[in-house]
Amino acid sequence: MSKDPAMQLRGNVSYATVTQISGPLIFVSGIKGVGYDELVQVKAGNRHSMGRVLDVSKEVAVIEVFKGTTGLSLGETSVEFLGRGLEVGVSQDILGRVFDGIGAPADGKPEPFVKEKRDINGSPINPTAREYPSEFIETGISAIDGMDSLVRGQKLPIFSGAGLPHNALAAQIVRQAKLLNSSESFAVVFVAIGITHDEAMYFRKSFEESGALANTSMVLNLADSPPVERITAPRVGLTMAEYLAFEEAMHVLVVMTDMTNYCNALREISSSRGEIPARKGYPGYMYTDLASIYERAGKIIGKKGSITLLPILTMPNDDISHPIPDLTGYITEGQIVLDRGLYRKGIYPPVDIALSLSRLMKDGVGKGFTREDHMDLSNQLYASYARMKEVRSLEMVVGEEGLSEKDKMYLKFGEFFEQNFLNQRENQDRSIEQTLDLGWQALSVLPEDELTRVSKEEIKTYMKKS
Amino acid sequence: MRIYRVSGSVVEAEDARGVEMHEIVLVGSEQLVGEVIRINEDHAFIQVYEDTYGLRPGENITPTGHPLSLELGPGLLGTIYDGVQRPLTVLNEKEGELIRRGVSASPLDRNKKWHFIPLLKTGQDIKGGEVLGTVPETDIISHRVLIAPDTKGKLSWVADEGEYALEEAVAKINGEKPIYMYHTWPVREPRPYAQRLEADQPLITGQRVIDALFPMAKGGSAIIPGGFGTGKTVVQHQLAKWADADVVVYVGCGERGNEMTEVLRDFPKLKDPRSGKPLMMRTVLIANTSNMPVAAREASIYTGITIAEYFRDMGYSVALMADSTSRWAEALREISGRLEEMPGEEGYPPYLASRLAEFYERAGRVKTLSGSEGSVTVVGAVSPMGGDFSEPVTQNSLRFVQVFWGLDKDLADRRHFPSINWITSYSQYIHMVENWWVNNVAKDWPALVKETFRLLQAENELESLVRLVGIDALPEDQKLMLLIARMIREGFLQQNAFNDIDTYSSPKKQYLLLKAMIDFYNSSKEVIEKKIPEAKIEDLPIIGEINRARFTYSDEAQLEDLVKRAASAPKSILGEID
Ligand SMILES: Nc1ncnc2c1ncn2[C@@H]1O[C@H](COP(=O)(O)OP(=O)(O)O)[C@@H](O)[C@H]1O
Ligand SMILES: [Mg+2]
Repeated sequence: MSKDPAMQLRGNVSYATVTQISGPLIFVSGIKGVGYDELVQVKAGNRHSMGRVLDVSKEVAVIEVFKGTTGLSLGETSVEFLGRGLEVGVSQDILGRVFDGIGAPADGKPEPFVKEKRDINGSPINPTAREYPSEFIETGISAIDGMDSLVRGQKLPIFSGAGLPHNALAAQIVRQAKLLNSSESFAVVFVAIGITHDEAMYFRKSFEESGALANTSMVLNLADSPPVERITAPRVGLTMAEYLAFEEAMHVLVVMTDMTNYCNALREISSSRGEIPARKGYPGYMYTDLASIYERAGKIIGKKGSITLLPILTMPNDDISHPIPDLTGYITEGQIVLDRGLYRKGIYPPVDIALSLSRLMKDGVGKGFTREDHMDLSNQLYASYARMKEVRSLEMVVGEEGLSEKDKMYLKFGEFFEQNFLNQRENQDRSIEQTLDLGWQALSVLPEDELTRVSKEEIKTYMKKS
Repeated sequence: MRIYRVSGSVVEAEDARGVEMHEIVLVGSEQLVGEVIRINEDHAFIQVYEDTYGLRPGENITPTGHPLSLELGPGLLGTIYDGVQRPLTVLNEKEGELIRRGVSASPLDRNKKWHFIPLLKTGQDIKGGEVLGTVPETDIISHRVLIAPDTKGKLSWVADEGEYALEEAVAKINGEKPIYMYHTWPVREPRPYAQRLEADQPLITGQRVIDALFPMAKGGSAIIPGGFGTGKTVVQHQLAKWADADVVVYVGCGERGNEMTEVLRDFPKLKDPRSGKPLMMRTVLIANTSNMPVAAREASIYTGITIAEYFRDMGYSVALMADSTSRWAEALREISGRLEEMPGEEGYPPYLASRLAEFYERAGRVKTLSGSEGSVTVVGAVSPMGGDFSEPVTQNSLRFVQVFWGLDKDLADRRHFPSINWITSYSQYIHMVENWWVNNVAKDWPALVKETFRLLQAENELESLVRLVGIDALPEDQKLMLLIARMIREGFLQQNAFNDIDTYSSPKKQYLLLKAMIDFYNSSKEVIEKKIPEAKIEDLPIIGEINRARFTYSDEAQLEDLVKRAASAPKSILGEID
């Protein structure tokens, strides 16, 4: 929200008429001229916090207090309405810096140079102004490059589970993504949402080692930071990313973790307001709310930069049908799903390819982008891997003796695929050719008649019998 | 009337006596567009079609006296609108790449000249729905200039053939009332027609599993529910591209921005298989993506269906895709929550079912007021939470539609696309449209389809047995059934939307592919009856050729030849053995 002239005339008025406190919310009565979604300053003794108007009527305003309401009391709390929304200052100087969840510097250094102030909510991109993302990003990770390719401007989340190596995978993507090697300028925006200090440090170290730190802006809301600021942190990060991408022509990779903490903060606020939930206590507008974050990724016609979004979420109970991954999958352009079974087998990255998807892959791979056989090959690998899984479950019932010769070939294929294609080291950076060749090598275990998704010509050109 | 309260997209007004239900009002100093959705004594509740930040209690609200209405006339085709008919391309030119609020633009270009050819003459008595004249709007669609349904009288003047802008009158009634090439119509009111007709013409989509097993009729309605990534949007895009409707209205309701961008990128380049002209010339797009205001999302499907009815009234067959009706229902839920209404199941308002019924009832094949035949076909995507079809939107929609294309997560995970489950899906039109196939494609089409269903059903029943005892324990004829069912799945039901040849199958191609498989089956059966093991059949190289035919052959002659060879190939085994 930009500064509203009427509000400026009104001046900033302070009220001491808090009548109710509930969870992170306070209710202020006797107000005049307060705007919906307006930013407020809440004071109680020497405690200060920002807040935001969630609902306003002639009599009462409902305010969400960012730092929470602990220590606030009815008599001693005063509220000042600021006549604007939450804004962050942006310029190139935000790179190399650390901020808290509402965009204030958190690295002990002074406020960076402010070229302009921007409301953290942004505005929706007109669909006619979008440029359809189609530039392949080589991550050097076969599971992604080969099967679920990432393109510039895509929003592709990692669906993980507690204890799975999602951080390692995200850090490896940031390190190896060939955004870094191209001549165009790049930036990383890292948004921590309710994660531990250790996790945040892990990312910081990884950016440092790859030399990306100077081009990274970190927005940190850690586990012990105020939960309400989990709602603002991703928006602060995206506002910075939008500036860098669309004003400074940079290719920005935004990593946000852990979106599950974001959704839980949303649920908490909703229930304090007494709203009727949809499923599992999450508010009915969670889809729209998440979309207002994820849809900020993309490319715009006539602008050089891009925002590629890599959110991480941990699926409660590894359940992909839980509202958090479910609603995310409905919004994002695919998902990389990590699997506990593969992890236990020692496979890194433990990507469950059956459940993973990149919706933008079809336009970013193939002739002129990666290699002409890429799409057919990946379709074939999917189909064969799915068939292999059926054979594995059949084997559980009938034992190995009960399997046909063909079935056994599928098992061999599955072994090779998991151990040699999916599996790689955390610092291993495979070229797309290496990835595709490995895929063909896996297929070479199977009889040619089984390969109906690839053409005869492709088999002839790319299959090297081993 | 003044703002009393602001909560999300809903504004409560006080001093609102006299305002009407569904009236459009202008809210606050920026005159944001809103619609009255509830009246309670002197308070009115308004859903605002733009972002409400900064609105303050006490600000003024101005009534307009009109319900939410569309401008209907030449210039709709090829245009992309938001949920309340704001032209997005114009907004982009005016305001830049971000959608700002308080910006308005005329839905139809008022200054552009159109070539008007009158059909009616001075002195004629006219009534609503009649065709005053025509305008060649695009190379494919001739726009029939309709008298608004609620207008009648004597034509006192009709303009000569020539170039006119929308703001110029092209006729007059009773010496006074000017008639323009466009008129307005309220979105929430179904446009009238003379008579409902039976839906017995197939809507050919070029998608094999749909046309052959679960066909759509012109004027019919369908839902396509499925979890994320099961292929709803791809099917909807495929229908918008290939369905043999005259006009397509595509509503992107609360979904991804890039999916609309994709349509905008592809449709001007893709050729309509019938006319050879760019698809965009028959398409109207409505885009109210997930990050655009929620109340306008609620309105978007009404905007879409009103435009569809308008082209129907010209005597065209229109197909409307709404992706996704669940996002519309969620908008309804969100607004209902702001109104603090009693929630029904999963927080949806109790009137969800009646709203769905009203929407799907606007589909249909009709005789128009001017006596021609037109239709509106509606296909709604449904996005059930957790892919669970027992949720309220899927279940309530099923009560009002005739076709159910249930998308299957397991099939999608195996990359079997379109992932329409052939056991649970249904179409109530299957027998009604059979005649068309018999008359236009082949007499034995119904028999082929029946045999296909039988084999797929048999496979489904045998599957659990195979899981217990292994395939080797089955008798040879059942093994053969499984082989053919697998060929049907691989080579017929699956269809790659992104393969240039496979993306569209003409009815003839669909027939020949099925024929090749079923003929192959029948002659294999004869061979097996001679005590030849099924494994011999499985080794025949023609199986791979049949399975690949969908994306290797587009030519009918090649396919006819394949059918012949498919029928004779199994017999070659007998030859070897003799
Ligand atoms: N007919 C098809 N041919 C090839 N790929 C398909 C087809 N249908 C779906 N897909 C694949 O599935 C992905 C998800 O499909 P989409 O229609 O976007 O799903 P939904 O709308 O149900 O979330 C697509 O990006 C594409 O990779
Ligand atoms: Mg979709």
